[in-house]
Formats: sequence, C-alpha cells, structure tokens
Amino acid sequence: MVTQQAAVLSPEAMVEEFQKNGVTHVVTIPDSETNYLYELMKDQPWLDVVPASREGETFAIALGLLVAGKTPVVLIQNTGMMESGDSIRGMVLDAGFPLVMVVGYRGWNRHGVITDSAARYTEPFLNAFRINYYLVEQNDDSPRISTAFEEARATKRPVAILVGDEYHGFNR
Amino acid sequence: MIHAEDVFRVFQEHRGDAIVIPTGTSGRRWGEFSNNENRDLNLGGAMGQTTSAALGLALGLPDEKVVLFDSEGALLMNMGILATIAGKKPQNFCHILLDNECYATTGGQPVPNAQEINYAGVAKESGYSSAYSFDDLEEFATNVEEIMQATGPVFVAIKVVPQIENEPIGMRVRPPTRSRAETIRDLQGELGIAAD
Repeated sequence: MVTQQAAVLSPEAMVEEFQKNGVTHVVTIPDSETNYLYELMKDQPWLDVVPASREGETFAIALGLLVAGKTPVVLIQNTGMMESGDSIRGMVLDAGFPLVMVVGYRGWNRHGVITDSAARYTEPFLNAFRINYYLVEQNDDSPRISTAFEEARATKRPVAILVGDEYHGFNR
Repeated sequence: MIHAEDVFRVFQEHRGDAIVIPTGTSGRRWGEFSNNENRDLNLGGAMGQTTSAALGLALGLPDEKVVLFDSEGALLMNMGILATIAGKKPQNFCHILLDNECYATTGGQPVPNAQEINYAGVAKESGYSSAYSFDDLEEFATNVEEIMQATGPVFVAIKVVPQIENEPIGMRVRPPTRSRAETIRDLQGELGIAAD
C-alpha cells in the first residue's frame, strides 16, 4: 500500500510571504481554514495581530492603518467577508488604498460537490465587487500571495487570497 | 443636553496637536471651530465603521493623540468595536460620543432604547481605561483637560441637542467640507507619511 502525503499550505509559508511583503499588522477574526496561523503570527516580533469583533471592522481598521503608513492584511473567513460588504465598499474600494485580504474558503473543495452555500457564493461575491482573487491551497501556491500584493499596490485596490482547505482543515 | 457647537468650542481650547476625526450629523460643525485643518481627518463612513478606522489610525500612529467624535447611531451598528478597542488598549485614543438620541439625518427617529442606555457604562465594562458622561457643558469644560491627558482608551459620552434634518436630501445645505482623499493627503503631508 502506498501512502501519499497530502500537500498542505504551511503557516510558515504564509507568514514568510507576509514578511517578504512588508506586512506590519494582521487584522483578523480566527476561522476554521486559517486557525493554524494564529499562534505563529503572535510569535512574530515584527507583526502586530489585531483581533476584531466582527469582520466589517477589519476593513475599516485596515484603512486607518493604511492612512498611518502601515501595511495591514485582513485575515477572515468567506462568511465574514460577505457580512462586510458595505465596509469593503466604503472603507476599501472607495478609499483607493491597496489591501490584500486573505479569506478562508469555507466549504470549498476541488474534487467533490460543493454543498456549503458559503463556498457557493464566495466567488460571485468577489466578482460583484470586481475584486480579483487567487486560490492558494499548498506551499507551491504561496508565490501567488506576493502576486496579490504586487497587484494591490499597482491598482490601489483590494486583492483576495482564497485559502482552499481541502487537505488540512474544515473539509477534512 | 448640550449644543454640539459648544462642545467643539470648549474642546478646541484643549485640542493641542491631536488628530480629530468628526463623524455624524453633529460632527459636521467641527470645521467651524477647528484651528488645525491639516490634522482634521475625514475617514468616510460605512454603517458605523468610522470608529474602526479611527482605531486603525490610533494603532498606526501611537505617538499621536487621536480623537474621534462618534455618534450613537453609528456606534449601535457596531458596538463590538468597544471590545476590539479595549482589547488593543491604544493609549493615544480618545473616543467622544455625541449622543443626540436619534437618527437626526433621517428625520429624528429615536435610536433603540435612546434614553436608557448607558454608553459610558458599556465602554467602561468593555475595558476602556476610563469613561465619562456629561449632559452639562460646565461639567465637560471642567473635565476636558483631564480627559485629554488621561491614558487611553478614554470614552466620553455627551448628550447633545439633535440637529434634525427633514428636507429632501437634494435640498439640504451642507457646509463646505474637504473630501476624504484631501484630508488624508493633508494629514500624511503634515506627518511626513509617504502616500501609498
């Protein structure tokens, strides 16, 4: 019998991308897909973790940090992203700042039928707001995170990273 | 209740170099009293999220005093922000709530439980360093210097007279204001922050 090691997105790879791109703050509400990141982020002396009470706050807190010259990232789940619609409109899109939003893709899977409406509406939501996005599932995909930062800076718009979780979390 | 203009007149004398973020119907009058336009900031709005943006600014500029003039209608939409602010303990943040007990911009309908809720109590129990309530101008004037010197996050709830608007939106006369982009540009220039 052959056992195949599933490819995973390690927290170290994500944090390395944050450091490489000069991230100063992660504004976040923990979620099922990215919970593995939390402790590692807290251990980084160069990174300030800002826990929020509701996802709509995260985009506005990020705006304040951007005005202050910092480089925040928003780290939330797709359900919370959809809750944040007006905050994304008023505090990110209308403000014209670059922002990378890392979004746990709850309910998504590559090989099966998607039964969770959170996943079903995630990409239509992003398309409705004309927010470009990249899917990241494993360490080999992590350069896409830098691509998202470059695109956000060039366009002064939000760019989303969707953290697919087929291998290591919610859908397992 | 106090007229918001009187709050602003008294506060201005104690402002120092603080960055001031005015919001809500009452906040529209701040520009008439400010003596440091480059440190007045319009952060826009999104269903109560200006409070959150002010927190982000305070966290990003820990050496600058940040004062937010909030409104109770906005805060009620996003009351969890009190816990978020208290959790990060920004020592430079002063959160002043101008409570007119109503949605003045939509005709003056009362906010939920307008007369009984104790916003300063909620803030204090959420973990703010200190919290004050005023419905008398003289009391506010007596305490404002202490408030500005206190270690944040500080919360100040002030009962203000509503400035109710009933005219159709297109017919309302607004005082001239600078856009969000202009105030951000001016503040960043004042502080030497490179525009992104």
